[in-house]
This record gives sequence, structure tokens and C-alpha cells, in this order.
Amino acid sequence: MTATVHRLPELVPPPTELPARTAALRADVRAFLAEERAAGRWTPRPDVWLSGWDERFSRELGRRGWLGMTIPKEYGGHGASALDRYVVTEELLAAGAPVAAHWIADRQIGPTLLRFGTEEQRQRFLPGIAKGEVYFGIGMSEPDAGSDLAGVRTKAERVDGGWELTGTKVWTSGAHRAHAFFALARTSPRDEKNRHAGLSQFIVLLDSPGVQIRPIPLLTGAHHFNEVVFDRVFVPDDMVLGEIGAGWKQVTSELAFERSGPERFLSTFPLLVALVGELAGTSGAEREVGGLVARLWTLRRMSLAVAGALESGEAPELAAAVVKELGTRYENEVIDVARLLVSIPPDPGAESGFARLLADAVLHAPGFTLRGGTNEVLRGIVARGLGLR
Amino acid sequence: MTGAGMTTSVNAELQELAESIFGDAASGDTGFDAALWRTLEETGLARLTLPAAAGGSEGTLEDSAVVLAAAGAHAARVPLVETDLVGGWLLHAAGVPLPDGPLTAAAGSLEVDGTTVRGQLRRVPWARAAAGVVVLTDAHVVLLDPGAVEVTEGTNVAEEPRDTVSVDGPAAAVAPAPEGAAAELRLRAALGRAQLLAGAARAALSASVRYAGERVQFGRPIAKFQAVQQQLALAAGEVAAASAAASAAARAAADTGFAAPSTRFAVAAAKSRTGEAAGAVARIAHQVHGAIGFTREHDLRLWTTRLWAWRDEDGSDADWNRELGATVLAAGPDGLWPLITG
Repeated sequence: MTATVHRLPELVPPPTELPARTAALRADVRAFLAEERAAGRWTPRPDVWLSGWDERFSRELGRRGWLGMTIPKEYGGHGASALDRYVVTEELLAAGAPVAAHWIADRQIGPTLLRFGTEEQRQRFLPGIAKGEVYFGIGMSEPDAGSDLAGVRTKAERVDGGWELTGTKVWTSGAHRAHAFFALARTSPRDEKNRHAGLSQFIVLLDSPGVQIRPIPLLTGAHHFNEVVFDRVFVPDDMVLGEIGAGWKQVTSELAFERSGPERFLSTFPLLVALVGELAGTSGAEREVGGLVARLWTLRRMSLAVAGALESGEAPELAAAVVKELGTRYENEVIDVARLLVSIPPDPGAESGFARLLADAVLHAPGFTLRGGTNEVLRGIVARGLGLR
Repeated sequence: MTGAGMTTSVNAELQELAESIFGDAASGDTGFDAALWRTLEETGLARLTLPAAAGGSEGTLEDSAVVLAAAGAHAARVPLVETDLVGGWLLHAAGVPLPDGPLTAAAGSLEVDGTTVRGQLRRVPWARAAAGVVVLTDAHVVLLDPGAVEVTEGTNVAEEPRDTVSVDGPAAAVAPAPEGAAAELRLRAALGRAQLLAGAARAALSASVRYAGERVQFGRPIAKFQAVQQQLALAAGEVAAASAAASAAARAAADTGFAAPSTRFAVAAAKSRTGEAAGAVARIAHQVHGAIGFTREHDLRLWTTRLWAWRDEDGSDADWNRELGATVLAAGPDGLWPLITG
């Protein structure tokens, strides 16, 4: 009976080893981060890719060649591999460095422009992205379109020389400081038989006439999220991203990149570091700390395996969903274990240290398992991959 | 990186071979599978990683990982880890010629006086079926002939032999223990067990997915219920984590050897993570199977009882976590990230 074991799809690609050359790169990034911290230029925080907006820091990374790494040299990038970028990114996140300003632009806008953008769009935006000077947001969610993006209502109507956008985007991180964002809008009416048809992507400059940006404060009170309202905002034809009507395909083709990176399991790593700091020299907590570390080591190997597969041209969507599902739950487990082992209440008013990191982590945690596809949606994707639906 | 593609295709062939051999042999019986063992010897899988001088096939630890995962997935009743990764390795490292046939291995204390040994070893895997019992004591590697020992039968919760071996007499061979043998033996056993766990977890998930598609309640297959889908997706995450951890640890051991601190870290993390996954996958698999899976009439037990047995053998997840935690707390906050990326 066991001879007929049901074949499962590949849940995780084979192990990827980082190329030897990345050791020197990693050492350079570490040395730079140590120098920055020693000079007190920033304080490590959890969830820095949402909350750590620091344009000086982003420009400094750009100057050192650590942004737009995979963008070809003719567009101001560095023609490096995604694995080189992986090393830089994981070092920045592990240090709790302020990466929010350039995060979206570096992670997904650059690769998307390379894939779907026109030559003119690439020339216009990519050099600034690689310099750490041009910042982007993502305009997908709407009041009635969260997990179900087919519910997007923002309308783009054909006008002379371009399109006119009307509608509302929400939860747009950094829209009040970014230069532009990718807006997903309906270019033809919703068809219940083909729910994802008729969607298109537009590059919208956020200082365009008719764009209104209103803060939506987070639980911490901090301003990262925004509501972005379009009132007949004109977008010229040359700012259409990719093909009209292909918005859904374009958006989903980037998901394997967006879902499997180190930002999906390192959001609370600075708290783990502080926890180890509190416990160093004590005994009795080894087992719990070891459990967190074993899970973290494994998640990183999984994430690297997906990165390796992406680098060789595969799109392991199922494995990427698995990494994000496990990784974002792990980010929450760090909080649980930290609370179990150290009796210091979270203090949002503290300058730094365990109490402040715990407060930030607790108040940011609900977002970990929501953004970029909720864990329920991700488990649905895994279930589909298993052939259950 | 040039060899990476090649390794992948060689491993794909090896995986196919292993799947076919273990698949053909699979059954719900208990006890040593002598026919399967003969096939493994004929195909060179029985001593896959050993040097040719020891009758081995000179495969890598990554090759071994592929074969052991298949063995775990088909609940193979053979001492493969014990013969190849542990016992055979130890004898060869100590310069003792290997006897033919399946071996078992244990670390323990025996009184050694010249070639005469005395003492008792508990929970020795497959001792009743072994052609040689390899023992690592404080200072010696001892090879015992099965005819010269007394074996008291015992089992683990998967009904695999875990016997008590008593000896008071001449050993077949005694040699000085190689330096670092005790540490490496522990890591090798844990690494092998982690591969078996990853394979068994995968098979338990696979059986559950199949069953959920066949079992009809409330007028449709239970796979169509979101509550069931979400549980199986969680199990898939655990299976993925177990596979990734076990393969990455095999890769680390193959690349840098067992003496490297990064390999010790990797093996500890892999045994911990596979052990953790074992409990979660077994729980979900049984929940999905309902009452039938909880009986001897169904094959699910072949994997879940092994998951429960193996997670506590060669160091439980708690044991390895304690060790990892001690390493991390000794390294301090600034040492944590370098340990992870090591």
C-alpha cells in the first residue's frame, strides 16, 4: 500500500549556497552598519521596512552600490545577482537599519520596471532608485479590495493622450513621502466570469493634480500608512505600466519575489537580539532560545532556497507562500518567547532597549500576517498547490 | 557552482532509484527486511557514503540524504543510518575491517581489557539483525560479533528493534577511538535521523492529502472544506521546513565536514526542526484521517509512529535546542546573527 504514495509538489527547492564572493560583500555591509551604529545615526528597530524612513541612509546605501543591485549598469544599477542583493538585504534587516524609504522601490519597482516598463520609464526611474533618491509606494488595496483584489474599484477612463483615474487606495505605506506609486485600476468593467480581467497598472506621480494624501495612523500613532484619493487624476499614456488589461498577471508575477525574502521572518529579529542580550550569562532559558534559533536558521535556508530557484529562472510560488506563512508566524513567536523569558513590560516611551523593542514589535505584529497576502490566503494557495482545491 | 546542475540531476536519478526500491519493499510488517537489505547491498545503497576500501559507493552526504528521505517515506525496515553513516564510518575511521551485512552502532561505556569487553548497552537499534555491533566507548572502538553477545529484545513506539546488548567476553576487534569520534558520531546519527524524519513527514502529509480527497462527509470530499485545507497547508509548511532543514544540514556536512562549528549548528538545528515538525505533522495527519488512522488497519501509523519515535532518538528537539541555546547565549547578542549566517 505504501508503494503508491501520493506524489506531492515541490514544497521547497533544493538548498542554495551563497556564492563565495558574497562573503566580502557581507563583511563590507557589516562594517558599514557597525560604523553607523557606533556614530549613533540610528537605533535598531523592529519592522524597519515599514517604519524606518531615513533618506540620508538610503542615499548612503545608493552611494555604496547597495541599492538597485540587480538593475543593469546601463540604467545606473550594478548588474549583480539576486543572491548578492539577498546578502545586503538580510544584513540591513538583521541590524534593524532604517530601510523603509527605498524598500519598495528597490525590492519590486526596479524589477517590475525591468520586466514590464518601457525604455523611457526605465531611463526615467531606475537610476534614481539605484542612487537611493527615488522612492515608490504600492497602490493595490482599497476600502473594498483587500485579500480579494478583483474588488478594485478605482477607475481609469480613456481621455485624450492618456487616462483619468478616480478612486481611493488605502494602507499605502510612505505615500506622503514617496515620489510615485504603482496604482492598480479598472480599465474595463468587472466581469464575474473573469474576475481578474480588465485591471491595469499605472505609474502615478504623487504630486499630480487631483491626488490627495491623508494619514492613517498605526497602532503606535506613527504615520506610515495613507489613504490616497484620486479625483480625475490625469496619467499620460507613457506612464501606463505594461499592457492595459494585464494588471493582474503583472501583479501576481512578482509575488514569489515579494513573499519569500528575509523581510518575511526578520521583522522582530532586533527583539531577539535584545532578548539574547537580556539573557546572556544566565542559564535556564537555553531550550526556548535554541528553539527560536533552530526555526530561524531553517526559515533562512528555505528563503535562500527560493532565492536560488528564482535566480535560476524558476517561479516557485508555492514555496514562496510557504516561507511567508511560516516566517510571519515566526515573527510573532519571537514576541511570545521574549515575554515568556523576560519580565519587562513593553514601553513605547523608552528610547531603546528590550522594553522599547518589545513595544514596537507587539504593536506592529498584527501587520506581519496580513500584508502581502494574509496567512489564510497563503494557506489557500498552498492547499491549491497540494491539489485540494 | 558549475557542479550544481549535475549534482541535481544525479540526485534526481538516485531519488528515483531509492523511491522504487523502498516503494517495492514497503509493507506493514515489523522486523528486519532481509530482502530489501539484499537489494540495497546489490545497488550499492547499503554503504553509500563509505569509501571503496570499506566496500562503499563513495557517495556524498547529500546523496545519503536523498536515499534516507526515501527510506523514511516508505517506512523501510533496515538499519541504513546505523550501517552506513555511523557504524561503518566508525569502524573505517578506526582502521577496523568491516564485516559483511547490516551493522548497528552505539555509544556507551564498556569495560575494555585487551580484547575482552564487559558491559551492557541499552536501546541499540536493530541489534538482533546486525552482523556486527559497533560500539564507541570513552577510549575505544569495539566491534562485537552478534554470536558473542546476549540480545534482549525491545522496541520503540514504531515497533522498530531497540534491543539491550549484554557482553562479557572477547570482542571481534578493539581499536583506539579516533579523535573527536564521540562528537562526530552524535552528529552523524542526528543528521541521518533528521533525513528519515523529513521523509516520513512528507509521506504522512501525502497520505493525508490523498485520504482527504477520498473521504466523503456531508456530501463532499473533506478536502473541499476550508478548515481541512488550512490544516493540511499548515502540515505542508512543517514538511517543507523539515525537508529544508535536513537537506541544508546534509549540504553543510558535505561541504565543510562535521568538525566545523557551522555544521554542528546546522545539524542541531535540523534535528530540532525535523523533530518539531514531526509532532505537528503527525497530529494533523491523524486529525484528517479520523478514527481509521488511529487503528492498526490503516497504514498511517507506519509514518506517524516513526515520527513519534524518531523525534526523540539521537537527541530530541529539546536536547538539541538546549545545545543551540547555550551556543547562542555564550556568543551574546552581537554573536547571534553571525551564527545564523555562519
